[in-house]
Order: sequence, then structure tokens, then C-alpha cells
Amino acid sequence: MSSRLEIRSSPHIKGVSSVETIMKNVVWSLLPICAFYVFQYGISALATLVVVTASCLLADRLFARLGGQSGDIGDWSATITGLLLALTIPPGFPLWMGFVIGFVAIALGKALFGGLGRNVFNPALVGRAFGQAAFPTAIATYTPSFMPGRFTEFIPSSLAMPFMTPADTSAWIAAAKLDAWAGATPLAKWKFETVLAPAIDLLTSIGGNLAVGPAPILIVLCGLYLAARRFLDWRIPVATLIGAALTGYVVYLLNPARYPDPVFVLLSGGLVLGAVYMATDMATSPVTPRGVWVYGGLIGFLTVIIRYFSGLPEGVMYSILIANAATPLIERVTQPRPFGTASLGKRKGRAVYPLLPAEPVDVAGREKDKK
Amino acid sequence: MSEQLPETQPAARAPAQSTPTGAMLRTLGLVSAICGLAIVSAYQGTLSAVKANKIIAQERAVFKVLPGAKSVDAYMIGSDGSIEVAREDAPNGVLRFFAAYDETGRLQGVAAEGAATGYADVVRVMFGYSPDCECIVGFDQVSSRETPGIGDKITVDKDFRANFKSLEAKLNADKSALANDIKVVKHGSKTSPWQIDAIAGATITSRAVGKGINDTARALLPKLVPQLEKIRSKR
Amino acid sequence: MSASVTQSWDELTEGLWRQNPTFVMVLGMCPTLAVTVSGVNALAMGIATTLVLIFSCLLVSLMRNIVPGEVRIATYIVIIATFVTVVDYLIQAISLELYDALGAFIQLIVVNCIILGRAEAHASKTPPIPAMLNAVGMGAGFTLGLLSLGIVREILGAGKLFGITLFGESFQPWVVMVLPPGGFFVLGGWLLIFAWWARRKEAGGAQS
Repeated sequence: MSSRLEIRSSPHIKGVSSVETIMKNVVWSLLPICAFYVFQYGISALATLVVVTASCLLADRLFARLGGQSGDIGDWSATITGLLLALTIPPGFPLWMGFVIGFVAIALGKALFGGLGRNVFNPALVGRAFGQAAFPTAIATYTPSFMPGRFTEFIPSSLAMPFMTPADTSAWIAAAKLDAWAGATPLAKWKFETVLAPAIDLLTSIGGNLAVGPAPILIVLCGLYLAARRFLDWRIPVATLIGAALTGYVVYLLNPARYPDPVFVLLSGGLVLGAVYMATDMATSPVTPRGVWVYGGLIGFLTVIIRYFSGLPEGVMYSILIANAATPLIERVTQPRPFGTASLGKRKGRAVYPLLPAEPVDVAGREKDKK
Repeated sequence: MSEQLPETQPAARAPAQSTPTGAMLRTLGLVSAICGLAIVSAYQGTLSAVKANKIIAQERAVFKVLPGAKSVDAYMIGSDGSIEVAREDAPNGVLRFFAAYDETGRLQGVAAEGAATGYADVVRVMFGYSPDCECIVGFDQVSSRETPGIGDKITVDKDFRANFKSLEAKLNADKSALANDIKVVKHGSKTSPWQIDAIAGATITSRAVGKGINDTARALLPKLVPQLEKIRSKR
Repeated sequence: MSASVTQSWDELTEGLWRQNPTFVMVLGMCPTLAVTVSGVNALAMGIATTLVLIFSCLLVSLMRNIVPGEVRIATYIVIIATFVTVVDYLIQAISLELYDALGAFIQLIVVNCIILGRAEAHASKTPPIPAMLNAVGMGAGFTLGLLSLGIVREILGAGKLFGITLFGESFQPWVVMVLPPGGFFVLGGWLLIFAWWARRKEAGGAQS
């Protein structure tokens, strides 16, 4: 290995698309979604978005400076991590916890692996997984959307003092005298009380006071913009949604009384947001043409399995993290066959990744240097 | 960071010619003798303290589940189904229990251990049974590896502990089995005195507690209650 | 200072900083990660290991001239196992609660590589006094390592320090900190800080 390898995020597009342009476009496409989120949950959502993103940027700066890592604030990637992380946690999540998990997302999810483009897992989901493990109660406490005073008052749990348990929101929700849908996500409602939310409300997120994230239809539209400009591999979300719908449909056929129809599977929880914005993270998804279908399908399949058969109501986070971990393996088994070579019996050509891409691995040389 | 590893074994140590067998045996024999002596004396030296500690720990566990108890006797159900004084050498799986007495030496209640698989591992609990009300009057966790903050609420959750103030464990008419199995029900749906209201969000651990108590109660109480007179007073 | 005092000081401080078992040599990770959910556990584990280390090193050092090379590892293991057994009884006699909290990790001190490592690499060729001094230093360094994990995990995971509540009733525990992953997170954090500090010191030394 004489020449140094150049490492950059996976679609090796030549031309005007730099990391900065792609990231900036992703941020732009996220803005309508964030605006909708604020429209749903008011200033609490706005504060969550601001605090988590600021914490991500701060951590990113800190580690870039201490560790001498590449990337700067202008590449927008930490901003994306922050916005996505804020969109995946409950709007009433205490702000101090949001700050902690934002910091952890960058530290454990990105800086640890060497910075932009080298991360194995989606940083936003690493942060959320940490939050799930550290604050399991707070991260499962949702509040209804479209509360009457949402633009003037915070959700009581948002403003918990640092290191302190957030206030209980159940009295606050009860005081608002909403319909039966308040206070639990549609997935939790289905899982623990077997009540299904109407599909149209799930699609637009504006019927009643559902405790849901931004409208799936809006996320799909924003995703379409990115896909049209080729900043996103459209096959990954499509494969994810197909995987989830198929698995959901099979289980539904086996026992229609117990399991919901595939439409509910697709529109509930964070599946659409995860499929469009998180599964498609360029550094952590496969690049081989067949690999992306396997990857997306795996996410969809695991999501439904976790939702139906585990103790958790939602499974998008863990299934994307598992698929992230499986990405190198998926790429290995889905290497395209060079034209004209035999498909069976011969070793296929493989992409080889050295352990530390930045430094050419040369053990003998290093030993010599030491002496 | 570290400028060097700790001093490595010099090559010179590997002996050029082998040591005579006698020397090796002598050294190993000497070391074994010293070590054997050290272990045995440590064992003898600490034995009484360890035993005392174990008894204190046992008493403490029993006192926790039987409020008002002042002293404890250990018993077991022998192979013929009669109550015997607990022995160390009894076979595994024998039913052991503790009879607790108040300061006048009157039987206050009976405590026994139960175990069942929880969320992470086996949850072992100690519960106290009062023959006066034919009910379970207290329980405590002996050991568990349940998730901190969720499954370990069984020892602190006030509503859950309230279940065990007087949890019915009556025997049926011919005293051969429990009249009603002790059962854990979903949070907020307790209707009968032999049901345990589970902790919301920690149903699996709650169920393990209920199952552990029920299994032991089912096995122990039909044998114990008819011979209760034997242990009425402190031995 | 006379040469011998300097040398003794060197022996004592080696394990505390230059060759700290936890942060520099990264040895004995099994108890480091497993029992450090609270400061008391960490301290108890550290003291137990230190006792085993001191007495094993003393005995190994005393016998260093009569143990043939072929059977030295067997001898060391027997000696270490003996003192672990003794410590095991002692802890049972002192507090059963502590004994239950530390669980199998007391017996597992036998396979703690710090002890065999020090016996093999140091005590077996050093006179008793320096060997013991070195063992004290190593034990203290290990205890320090365990404590630094235990304190952070207890504060974040339970809001307590050595069992004393720090933040009052409404403290929000970080559940992950008392679970096994928390051990890895905190250890990684400490290693990061120490490595960063050592590198800065190195860079500073190079400039001056």
C-alpha cells in the first residue's frame, strides 16, 4: 500500500455535489418537518430542537478540536444529527436530558469512530439508544399534540432541573380534558390496549390530539425532493417500507384479530422518518445495488418483529442500528459480479477495508520506527 | 502513554539444565504446606464470625417480612412430610422455612423463600405467612438481577407492597391445597384478596414475585398448617 | 535524598501513575467493569485485591531463590489462590452484604492478571521489602482505578456517593450507568481523559 487511501462518504459522486451541498440540502429538506413539529407541539418542540442541535454542534466542535478530526461546522452534518435526534425523542423530553443525549450522540456515534464519514452507526440513533438505556421512563413519556396553550407554555416535563426527575405530565394532560387518544403513542395504544388509530389521522398527524411525530406524508414529500436531486438513495426507504409492509402483512394474515393491518404498520411510529432520513445516512448504509435492497428490507422486517414480539412498542431505532452493523457484511455478500466471470465456484471480488483507513497498515514499518 | 511494558521474563530464567525432580517436589510440597496451613487457619479463624453473620442475615430477612417477630427457628419438611429441625446436610430441594416468635415466645408467623424466573434472571423472594389470618403479611427480595429503575421497583413501589399487607392464602376444606392460587393480575385490575396488582411497566418481575410465592405456598402450606401445633412455641 | 529512599519511592509510585494497572496497563478489566456500580463495592474490591497482591508478592519474593523455573507458575498460582481464599473468608466474616454484592468476583481475583503479572515480572526477582512496596503501590493504583469508575457510576446511576444521597429525592438516575454498558462508557471516558492528558504532557515536554 504505497498511496494513502482517500476516504469519503459512500456514493462517490463526482462533480458539484460535495459533502457540504448534500448536507445543506438535507438540512433544508428537514426544515419544513421541524416547522410542522413546532406547529404540533409548540415551544417545547422548538426548545428541544434548539437544545439538542446546539449540544451536537458543541460536542462536534469539542472533539474536532481535541482529537484533530476532520470536518467543520460548515459541513452541517452535526446539525442534521441534532435535528433528527430532536425529532425522534418525545417533545416533552427534559431539555437537560436532550443536551446529554445530543452530546453522547456525537461523542459515541461519531467522534469515537474518527469523525464525519467514518461512523459505523447513525449518530442520532446512537444518542437515542443511549437515552433509551439511561432514561427509559422519560423517553417513553409522550404528550398529546395540538395542546391549546402550546405556543405560550412549556410541557411541564421539559423544564426539569438538570439531574432531576421531570414532573409527571399525567395531571397536566388530564387537566386539558382531551379525548381518549391523549398521552400515548398510537403504537403503545395498540400494543398495550389494542386500540388502532385511524389511518388518515396517522398519515397527516393532524386529526385529534395524537401523540405522534410530524406527518408521514410531509416526510415523504421532503424525501422525494432529496431523492429527485439524488442526495438520497430512493431504494433504501422504498425497500424499508416494502420490508415492513410485507412482514406486517404476513403476520396480519396469520392472525388478523391480533395484529394490525400493514397500513397501520407503515404510518405509525417513526418508520417513515427512519426510512427516509436515518436509514439513508450515507456513511452507514451499503453502496452495492443489491445491498441497499437487503439493507432496507432487513430494517423493515426487524422493525415489525421488534414491535410485535418484544417488550418495546417501537423498533425502528434498534433495527436501523442492527442493519448499520450488518452493512459491511451485506456489502460483502452483494458485491456485483464483474461481467464475464463465473458466478459459481470462484471467489468473488471483494472490497477490502483496512482496519484504520487513515493510516496505511504496515506493522513491520511501525516497529522499525519505534526502534 | 506507557513507555514500556513491565519488565519481561528474561531469557536467562529458562534453565539450561533441568532442575532435579527432588528439588521441584520439595519446593511444591513446601508451598502447598504453607498454603494449606494458611487456608485452614483462615477458615477456622473466621468460621464463628461467618456463622454468626449468616444467622443475623437470616433473622434480618425474616424480621423484615414478619413485623413484630423477635426470634427465629429454622425448620424443614422431612422426607415423610413431618416438620423437622433444619439440618445443614439435608438434600437439595427440601422445603425449608423459618418459624418466627414474638418476645413471649408465641408463634408470630412462618417465613419461607420462593423463586421464579423474572425478566433478567431468577428472582428470589422471602415472604411471611401468618397462621392467624391465613394470609401473607410481607415479602422482601432476597436476590434479583432485574433492570434497575424498572424491575427493582418491587421492593420500593408502595402500591405494590400494599398487596402483601394481607394477601389471602387460605387452604381449601380438606387442607390439601390452596383454596385460590395466588395470582398476579394486570396493574389496576385486582378484584380478589388473593390477587396481586402488578406494577405498571414491570409486569414480568411482578409476575415472578407472585409465582415464586405461590409455588412455595402451594407446596409448603398444606404440609405445614396441619402440624402447626408442633411449632407453636419456641424450641 | 539517599539512593535507597529514592528507589523505594519509585517502587511505591510506579503502580500509582507510571504503570497504573487500570489506566496505563489496562489489566484486570473484569472486576473493573463488573463490580464498580458503587463506590463501596469498588473500594472493597480494590482493598481485597491489594491484600492478595501484597501477601502474594511477599511470599513469592521470599521464595524467589528456591522455586525452580519449571514449576514457578504453578507455585505462584497456588500462593495467589491461597490468599484469595483467605480474603474470601475474611470478607464473609466482615460483611455478608458486601460478600453478596461482590459475588463471584472475589474468587475471580485469582485470575486477575495484575497479581500473576506482578508476581512473575517483579516480585520473583526483587527482595521482599521493595516487592511489597511495589505491591502496595500497584494495589493502590488499582483501587484508585476502581474508585474513579465506581464514584462516577454511583453518582450518575444512583445520585449517591458511598451510599449518601447527594441530590435529594427527585434525582433522576441514569439507569444505564448501573448496567454493564455503563462500565464501558465510564472506563472509556476515563481512558480518553488520561490519554489526552498524557499526550498533552508529552507535547509540552517536547517543546520545553
